[in-house]
Amino acid sequence: MEYVIGLDIGSTTIKCVVLDENNQIVYKSYERHKARVREMAYEKILSLASTLKNSKIKLALSGSAAIGVANVANLTFVQEVFASAYTIRKHLPDSDLAIELGGEDAKIIFLKGALEERMNSSCAGGTGAFIDQMAALLDIDTEEFDKLSLQADQLYPVASRCGVFAKTDIQPLINQGARRENIAASVYQAVVDQTIAGLAQGRSLEGKVVFLGGPLTFLKGLRIRFKETLKLDDEHALFPENGEYYIALGAAYYAEDNAEALDYDELCQRLYQASIYKENLQTIDPLFVDEEEYQEFLRLHRINDVSYASLKGYDKEAYLGIDAGSTTTKLVVIDPQCNILYQNYVSSKGNPVNVIQKELIHIYEEAPNIQFKGSCVSGYGEELIKAGFHVDEGIVETQAHYQAAKFFNPDVDFILDIGGQDMKCFKIKDGAIDDIILNEACSSGCGSFLESFANSMSEDIATFAKKGLFAKHPVELGSRCSVFMNSSVKQAQKNGATLEDISAGLAMSIVKNALYKVIRIKNKDEIGQNIVVQGGTFLNDAILRCFERELNRSVIRPSIAELMGAFGAALHALKHKKEKSTLLSEEEVKNLLHTSTAFQCKGCTNHCNLTLNDFGNGTRQIGGNRCEKPISGKKQKEDLPNAYTYKNEALSAYFHREGKKGVIGIPRVLNMFEYLPFWATFFEKLGYGIEVSDESTKALYDKGARSIPSDTACYPAKLVHGHIESLQEKKVDMIFYPCMTYSIDEGISDNHFSCPVVAYYPELIQANMTLHVPMLSPYISLNDSKQFQKRIHEEFKKAGLNISKKEIKEASDAAYEEYHAYKKRLVDFGTKAIDFAKQNQKKIIVLVGRPYHIDSLIHHGISDLLQYLGLVVVSEDCLPYLPYESRKVLNQWTFHARMYNAARIAAQDKDMELIQLVSFGCGIDAITTDEIKSIMKEHDRLYTQIKIDETSNLGAVKIRIRSLLAALEDE
Amino acid sequence: MEKHFVEFTKEMKDTHTIFLPSMLPIHLTLVEKVLNKEGFHCVLLTNEGPSAIEEGVSSVHNDTCYPALLVIGQFLDALKNGGYDPHKCALLITQTGGGCRASNYIHLLRKALKQNNMEYVPVISVNFSGLESHSGFQLSLSTLIKVLYAIIYGDFLMIINNQVRAREVHKGSTKKVFDECISLLCNALEDGSYRKTKKYYREILEKFDTVEQKTEETIKVGIVGEIYMKYAPFGNQHLEDVLIEQGVEPVVSGVLDFGQYCLENAKIDQRLYGKQWLAKTVASIAQAYVTHQQENMAKAIEKHGRYRKPSSFKEVKKYGQDMISDGVKMGEGWLLTSEMCELIESGVNNIVCTQPFGCLPNHIVAKGMMRKIKEKYPLSNITAIDYDASASAVNQMNRIQLMLINARNQASLQKES
Repeated sequence: MEYVIGLDIGSTTIKCVVLDENNQIVYKSYERHKARVREMAYEKILSLASTLKNSKIKLALSGSAAIGVANVANLTFVQEVFASAYTIRKHLPDSDLAIELGGEDAKIIFLKGALEERMNSSCAGGTGAFIDQMAALLDIDTEEFDKLSLQADQLYPVASRCGVFAKTDIQPLINQGARRENIAASVYQAVVDQTIAGLAQGRSLEGKVVFLGGPLTFLKGLRIRFKETLKLDDEHALFPENGEYYIALGAAYYAEDNAEALDYDELCQRLYQASIYKENLQTIDPLFVDEEEYQEFLRLHRINDVSYASLKGYDKEAYLGIDAGSTTTKLVVIDPQCNILYQNYVSSKGNPVNVIQKELIHIYEEAPNIQFKGSCVSGYGEELIKAGFHVDEGIVETQAHYQAAKFFNPDVDFILDIGGQDMKCFKIKDGAIDDIILNEACSSGCGSFLESFANSMSEDIATFAKKGLFAKHPVELGSRCSVFMNSSVKQAQKNGATLEDISAGLAMSIVKNALYKVIRIKNKDEIGQNIVVQGGTFLNDAILRCFERELNRSVIRPSIAELMGAFGAALHALKHKKEKSTLLSEEEVKNLLHTSTAFQCKGCTNHCNLTLNDFGNGTRQIGGNRCEKPISGKKQKEDLPNAYTYKNEALSAYFHREGKKGVIGIPRVLNMFEYLPFWATFFEKLGYGIEVSDESTKALYDKGARSIPSDTACYPAKLVHGHIESLQEKKVDMIFYPCMTYSIDEGISDNHFSCPVVAYYPELIQANMTLHVPMLSPYISLNDSKQFQKRIHEEFKKAGLNISKKEIKEASDAAYEEYHAYKKRLVDFGTKAIDFAKQNQKKIIVLVGRPYHIDSLIHHGISDLLQYLGLVVVSEDCLPYLPYESRKVLNQWTFHARMYNAARIAAQDKDMELIQLVSFGCGIDAITTDEIKSIMKEHDRLYTQIKIDETSNLGAVKIRIRSLLAALEDE
Repeated sequence: MEKHFVEFTKEMKDTHTIFLPSMLPIHLTLVEKVLNKEGFHCVLLTNEGPSAIEEGVSSVHNDTCYPALLVIGQFLDALKNGGYDPHKCALLITQTGGGCRASNYIHLLRKALKQNNMEYVPVISVNFSGLESHSGFQLSLSTLIKVLYAIIYGDFLMIINNQVRAREVHKGSTKKVFDECISLLCNALEDGSYRKTKKYYREILEKFDTVEQKTEETIKVGIVGEIYMKYAPFGNQHLEDVLIEQGVEPVVSGVLDFGQYCLENAKIDQRLYGKQWLAKTVASIAQAYVTHQQENMAKAIEKHGRYRKPSSFKEVKKYGQDMISDGVKMGEGWLLTSEMCELIESGVNNIVCTQPFGCLPNHIVAKGMMRKIKEKYPLSNITAIDYDASASAVNQMNRIQLMLINARNQASLQKES
């Protein structure tokens, strides 16, 4: 007898297929390998002894974690995409393409013509593991998650990028009480969008599509979303039997032709060698040498324990603090002496209202005569909980954490809080928060990562963490964000690291990630002398140990590290004590009946997806809103100057022009936000009509998403594709979108470049989109009017447009005049806005970004939010220019030079605060952010940065801005 | 005028060791020789361990491109752990300038030095626009010509060495010859006579002939990309070696083409943006000289007959013309697209495009052009590899494996037909 075996070892699972001489499957298995890659491969073959003994065996390995095994065991390896293509061609020869989702990989294989494959880049993790994480967020298993998704009635927009991003979209939905059915289906839609936007890269997904891999085999809801989105009928969407085994099967078929036939014992021997083989891994010292050292460490930290009093039958005054955090809800009840009467830390299970209701009922039952004289809520769910339970106060979470830290050390000057999803770090100077650093959407290597990693190893987090304490050789995994960490763990596993070593290594990585990537400390002294660390993640002793070791000093970790937000809220309630708290009584809490309904706001063009929460007692609350409109029915914004609104209005004057010569379409993107007044006037004078593309919306973005070749480019650039489609639909005669290496020299920089993406995006459009309308993209600079006239004349001639030099000269003169008049209007507006603010004692926010940041889909309504909070908003281009000053970095981009200029002005004006908008993926802002921060710091001023992407999670932004405002009040 | 940077003074020429980053190991070995002959004390860095990366991660903004992080990390690591007195060290960095953020490297390096309390270390920038001058680092025309020769020889050696290494019958046998050639060229550069150049080319080609080589056709894989990632083994994790181990021949174009590209851009700038006549004239003269040298090298290879000669810069440029405008001049700009087309036109369908994660120009000129290239050349087999401190080698290797399988399939299909 002769058998062939295909062994597919992926990031999380090991799949095995055994075929007999007739190519029939005699055995197949699908198991999680929990990082025991080599051992499992060996054990698998051992377990098949009864079948395989005394046979000749041909075996090939495939999958991302299999290369190491194959090399050491000297067995045949076949790349996994190739393997599945092999199987598809055998079983489904007329398929056009295959979509395969695995634990961490997503692939599209184009089968027609030359075999072409696309794999997800290292940044985009939205796959099987991502769905697992999202299910965990709702506290259900994937099976139930899938069932829920089938009953969805609405889809919410969820970022179709890496898991970390999607989480920031989903969390607010959970906190707002959106239906879990809809969340589940939205998550699936995000995976679908991710696959299409990330992998299609310009190629259309048509014909017969084969769907492969575990998630697409097991998850019905996901299949439905794919079929609907790709508009496939049953004949064109193929879900083959054994879809999860296609790689293993391909490996087996490959083995048949290419692998050497081995005796069973020889095969076992080789795999055994691989299972005991150790490669040299970068390791660090063990965290603790022995139990004794660990006990001493614990003893030292015990001094930061809090004191407790009994809740049972308590009938005196008490204060309630709630922290409705991202994944968990924390409650603390204290007496006037700050003894803790009650504390709890519970998973929100996708519905914080139910959790708090249960908790409050429990408290009332334990102490029916408890007298609440104050209550306070903090965290993501603040608004919902405050409305639902009539909580007295709301406090921004950064303040809550500071209050709590101060309790443990009044001189605290540095607080680091690592929670499930967020990392917050504040520096305290003279009793006020001086600097706030929050993790950006990208580097959320926080607790939930560790937890989902532990879960994927089928360990609970506590056990997993414990394992690391006494690891002999913790592996060095580097300091990187969670999505990447998965792949380096994979690599360590491949090289034979044990679970213990990985656990300790991950603890070190989380610490390094926080210190070097999020806080970005340059040297250890800048971090302060009195350090308090908190957040659930620090309850993990391994992480605390790594942190102390990396900084080489001891820190305070309160025993209630995970409850500090709630504790701080309780302290705040105590500080603002009332005669009687407005908190719902026992009976009212019991009668609370919470229901939530999703609906779309029609108040303005944003069409926000809102959630109406009804608490059954007459209290209703709306979540997801950016403005007060849906709540009050009218605009309640104070009529304050807002440069972002003003600029949008001023630009809208150029959106449409009539002309006899035909219509020129101009995309409303990138540098067109700057130069539209010029081009519109120029073409109008030449006798052309002008049509500008529609306003940016998610739907417009989706229209062009398939032709985006590089998914790591910034969102403003990726939006261009949708705008070009919009122009094509408008049936314009020609699209004008020039390549502009240079902007105009404004005398405040060393050169006047555009950024590479802005400058050359038209090239990318020409190369990746199917254009039915001619697009003119000349290389043009507006810096010198004479040169411009000469060049545009040449270009028109090349394009067959017959326009005389004289006409060009006249049009150009008018265009420059209009452009400068427009620029002057902006500065005039800015000057007036600042005067207004100063006369009316309003704070001014200098919201700096690029011209295209006024697109409300790009900035997510942040300027409106600021206006709501009673702030006057000005932008970088409505401030006057200071005389040239050299910078510590090369100041060579026109738009960026304006931000330095604005920072210099804001730094010296006490009425101004600066917030910088940074688009994710903007390489140049890696330079500007540091420089702007240092300009502000030179004058001892706060610097706030908001990173924006396609996610429209205003919640995190709100916290940041409210923290800024709270910090200002403190001063 | 007061200088806002630490100058490399005349005195320092005697007292200071100048670090060169390990970007182009072959070329810079030769350049190091030339400069040391002029009285400098240059050292080509070889520290490529994790501590160099760690230094980079902690001193450079993590969204900055990976090459900056590696170069700066390597310098800092050498200053701290290299056994030198940092007070007696200087750093040499090459700069391309232009609209790409890479032109900020020197500023980032100085910032990083300051954060590490080593702002006294002079940083010498070598660039085409000559922004800063250091009294202790003035190169005469004859030295500059020597450096140019070092680079030409470097290109030559790299091109031939890759071809022979991929075919060597006895593993490692090329290395011995290669080392001999390096010392031969070092002597040649010290000698300073350029009339013998043709003789050196011939000698070296003959030396490589002594390596026993396979006769069957090897699969060729072109390497293109961001300049640091393309050439620096520290950056691309020894991609050339990896490919050779897999039995394929890496095809890497000479770095002088990049120099040509910079000169060419001066001419294009004049066409598009006017003025700058002087720059254009200087560029034209320099280009004529470089072109002449490249032609000599190509001729020598052609005459010898056994090895593949590189395409001329003119041809390289021509192949990209209908793909992308030559107005794209930031980073590697149109050159990168042109190089991919040139490789395919000359029969190298398989290409690894190396780039730092999130490289801005490469969104346009690399990933942005792949669809168009595939349309024109259906058989092209290009894989883009992103490099950064977090990308795992497993994923990178996986992609390279996939490209290689496609390459092998194509090769066997071709054989059949």
